[in-house]
Amino acid sequence: MAKIQLNGRKLELKNKHSILTLLKKYKINSKKIAVELNGKIVNQNKYKSAYLKDKDTIEVVHFIGGG
Amino acid sequence: MKKDIFKVGNQILKSRLIVGTGKYKSFKETAQAVKSSGADMVTVAVRRINILDKKKPLLTDFLDPKKIKYLPNTAGCFNSEEALRTLRLAREMGGWKMVKLEVLGDKKTLYPDMIETLKATKILVKEGFKVLVYCSDDPLLARELEHLGAAAIMPLASPIGSGLGIQNKINLSIIIQNSKVPIIVDAGIGTSSDATIAMEMGCDAVLVNSAIANSSNPILMAEAFKNSVTAGRQNFLAGRMKKLSYADPSSPFKGLI
Repeated sequence: MAKIQLNGRKLELKNKHSILTLLKKYKINSKKIAVELNGKIVNQNKYKSAYLKDKDTIEVVHFIGGG
Repeated sequence: MKKDIFKVGNQILKSRLIVGTGKYKSFKETAQAVKSSGADMVTVAVRRINILDKKKPLLTDFLDPKKIKYLPNTAGCFNSEEALRTLRLAREMGGWKMVKLEVLGDKKTLYPDMIETLKATKILVKEGFKVLVYCSDDPLLARELEHLGAAAIMPLASPIGSGLGIQNKINLSIIIQNSKVPIIVDAGIGTSSDATIAMEMGCDAVLVNSAIANSSNPILMAEAFKNSVTAGRQNFLAGRMKKLSYADPSSPFKGLI
């Protein structure tokens, strides 16, 4: 079990998760976002192979309206 | 007459009106206003996804980034580190290299922090970004941004969202005269005639958000801006008449009965 922080919220992951499976769990389209893991940007083709571990901090961002 | 082309960074834009996508009632209204404005580039912000609301509509569902150019901004960033982080994430999202840098220095006025702005511009240019820089209307700082490699200089007309129009025409005209890169008036435009004035003065483009989104009819106002920017540009290219202190009759006196 890994305790992580996703977009500022604390989460407990019961199963082993990669970034891709975590995105799927939250129904997030992996093509419309960018991910930062512990302060470092993760390339889109690494989502599948990047596994989350205890105390990881993950930020998932997308575009919204702005001026 | 030579074709009037507007090139910024490595992009040729059809419209000299760039619109923001914030403050609209819905994404549907945003998309309708963008269409009505004729703009082919829009600014967008980068924010955290709301992980609890899985059904929340996405901006990209209404404005297809394949059909309209996205210009990611750094709105809400108060130092160069935050701005760099935001734009690097934006680049990761879809390869956006043309970006709008905006580093704010004060919450009340939203004036740009020019020290941090200059610092971030230098780094972003080095990293290969084409940086359109929101800045104060100081001619010397605008020149410095150009020296650092900014793709466009975007001086404020007046504070962001204030709708006060162009407050310092003298400075703006000095910036226009001195610059070799496009000048895009950003922030403070209140109504479409403000955009015409900016374009008449020789600005290359204007960036408008609140004046359209906060109007009573954003879709109609977007069209007004489309026309006013075109009119202002044509006026600039045509060259206005000289001002005279006294009258000069349009009908000749010769041949009067």
